[in-house]
Amino acid sequence: MHLTEIQNEIHRFVISNFLYGQSVELQANESLLEKGVIDSTGVLEVVTFLEERFGITVEDNEVIPGNLDSVARIAAYVDKKITCPI
Amino acid sequence: MRHGLPPAALQCSIPSIDAFRFARKDANRKEDRIVADRVPYSEGNECSPMCGIAGQINLNGAPTERRVLDAMIGTLLHRGPDAHAVHLAGHVGLAHARLSIIDLQCGAQPMSTLDGTVWITFNGEIFNYIELRDELIAKGHRFATRSDTEVILNAYLEFGEECVQHFNGQWAFAIWDTREKTLFLSRDRFGVRPLFYTQVGNTFLFASEIKALLSCIEVPAEVDLFGLDQIFTFWVTVPPRTAFKNIFQLPQACSLTVKDGQVTVGQYWSISYAEAADAQTAGETRLAEELYTLLEDATTIRLRSDVPVGAYLSGGIDSTVITALVRKIAKDRLRSFSITFEDAEFDERSYQQEASRFLGTEHSNVSCSSSDIARVFPQVIRHAEQPVIRTAPAPMFLLSQLVRDSGFKVVLTGEGADEVLGGYDIFKEAKIRRFLARDPGSHMRPLLLKRLYPYMQGIQRQSAPYLQHFFRVSMEDLSSPFFSHLPRWELTARLKKFFSAEVRDAVSSFDAIAEIERTLPSEYHRWSYFGKAEYLEAKYLMPGYILSSQGDRMAMAHSVEGRFPFLDYRLVEFAARLPATVKMKALDQKHLLKKAFKGLIPESIVQRPKQPYRAPDGKCFFGLATADYAQELLSPEAVRRCGLFDSAAVTSLVAKFKSGRASSIKDNMAMVGILSTQLLVNQFIHNRCEEIAQCI
Repeated sequence: MHLTEIQNEIHRFVISNFLYGQSVELQANESLLEKGVIDSTGVLEVVTFLEERFGITVEDNEVIPGNLDSVARIAAYVDKKITCPI
Repeated sequence: MRHGLPPAALQCSIPSIDAFRFARKDANRKEDRIVADRVPYSEGNECSPMCGIAGQINLNGAPTERRVLDAMIGTLLHRGPDAHAVHLAGHVGLAHARLSIIDLQCGAQPMSTLDGTVWITFNGEIFNYIELRDELIAKGHRFATRSDTEVILNAYLEFGEECVQHFNGQWAFAIWDTREKTLFLSRDRFGVRPLFYTQVGNTFLFASEIKALLSCIEVPAEVDLFGLDQIFTFWVTVPPRTAFKNIFQLPQACSLTVKDGQVTVGQYWSISYAEAADAQTAGETRLAEELYTLLEDATTIRLRSDVPVGAYLSGGIDSTVITALVRKIAKDRLRSFSITFEDAEFDERSYQQEASRFLGTEHSNVSCSSSDIARVFPQVIRHAEQPVIRTAPAPMFLLSQLVRDSGFKVVLTGEGADEVLGGYDIFKEAKIRRFLARDPGSHMRPLLLKRLYPYMQGIQRQSAPYLQHFFRVSMEDLSSPFFSHLPRWELTARLKKFFSAEVRDAVSSFDAIAEIERTLPSEYHRWSYFGKAEYLEAKYLMPGYILSSQGDRMAMAHSVEGRFPFLDYRLVEFAARLPATVKMKALDQKHLLKKAFKGLIPESIVQRPKQPYRAPDGKCFFGLATADYAQELLSPEAVRRCGLFDSAAVTSLVAKFKSGRASSIKDNMAMVGILSTQLLVNQFIHNRCEEIAQCI
């Protein structure tokens, strides 16, 4: 799966799941925390989605803003996990 | 302005007044007449009221119409099922629905002074009425009854509008003074008892509940969009605003007068918190003794009743302390009541059973499932009369039903302890956030937040970096007067994304937080951070939600009166002067209360982590037969018809719940907030006539 496809899919998930389909401007590099898109349980929803959709395992020490705080960061993280799962 | 006839649906539903025994009392004034309709008392010899009140004054002097007052009081019979009556006096009318609790034979209302010049309709209790009565007798006043109602009347004769300063209790009343041609309304210091009012043309109307005002067809029923904005920020409207446009609530600790066509509202009491360097400095042991003495007396006077008094026993410290005191003071067989949940996440039955065994109460509980919550939720909103963000009032509705079915009219509870003695997690969270702010880079300090919310899986599973982000503190936050409450308010305000474009446009220039900042007391900025947090909780959430949607309105739905010893104003004033460190020592909540009652309640209850009272939320409304109405109300057509929310966003949220993916606090608050608003509009606006008729 190409990185752009991954990013588009994650973007659609975030819009549908956290913004309830509303047409909100959300740039790929915008912080989901700063923009108030996700709350504490929202992070866990992201993790569940990634594991179910992309078949990866998100380790506890990987649940950090550096990996998951923007659509672009999540896509890059998923891409890396798919490419190099260990 | 005269009120027209109630709608047809109401006319046929108003109880046939003539069917009741007609009694006429001689009044000393020709124009005063009482037209009373007493349901014969079913028992003994009580006399004091926990009731519903309503009334009207025509500012242009036109006579009041009995049918208007009948319709109003007819909607409040759940508050006062034992008797109801109307007093007409020219352009003024007072109405009363009575739940008899003390001195049943003599406490009939509306009541007048012996000379018939001053009349009252009263809901509530003046707990120090015995002492006040003696004081007034010493000053030459005469009494025909032993009721607290008559004590209010004589206190008014003696002290005028300042009489409220002498009362220790929970009240909402209206006094018509024929000498001064003044209507005087008052509400207790903490807003335990409700009181709403509105003005339509030249007619001023007041009542215990909004539905009574809406029984007058000329009172418009329209959602107050700024009120809605406040609820989707603070969980409550800020008095005098309500969820209905042009219908107001008298704020706690305020009185209102109507004289010469002018309506004026004034605050008669306020609380002042300790400044950082100005708190009581006595030793903890002495302070704990003082707290015990105050609470014991507050409980003693709240046991004054001619009917049996029970106690709520939640399994937490507050209600256990109160039950222990009742046990000690009354020495009788004591009944206690609680809610249990099918869902173990919310259930506290083991602690309830332990407290009951320890204190020797005869305990009953009502089991509450998600299905039960969905089933009663429409009734909950009918009684709450405002949208709610949580379903927690629903189990309280079931609990008061259990109490009533068990033959009890009065319960003592632990409400107020968290607000005045440092119990809420929001106080602890503020303390930790200030601690984090001192070392923003620390990876260890955020882990303290896991201790804060042991019952929240979403928090427990977070990494330190995320916790750091969620609870981060900026310099701007630190200097905010609302430091403690900003996270809650900002999280809740995100729900406004669900507002329809029209509503967003209408409230675009309204800043709910800036509005309350303008009303803060002048000394607020001198109070300690802890006092500020306590003030915000006691000023907004407590009267508007805890004591109302979750308190009075759920209890009175089944004619049950709640009494709250922790909200005795002497205790509250004492607690406000305490240093924060004795209320919350390190992270030990209600430290002084625990010290004061050590050994008197089970140690396991003292030691247990605080578990706030919660109930299953949004998921209750999906996949259960009792929630079919929710699917209708959340349909795109129904949402568009209501016009308050974005139907596409609501549909998306509904899909998330149906798929089982909805789990966040925001999803749950949004679902309950939207559904309760839809119910409110459906019941009170779209189907106004039918709903009001149903209440009668």
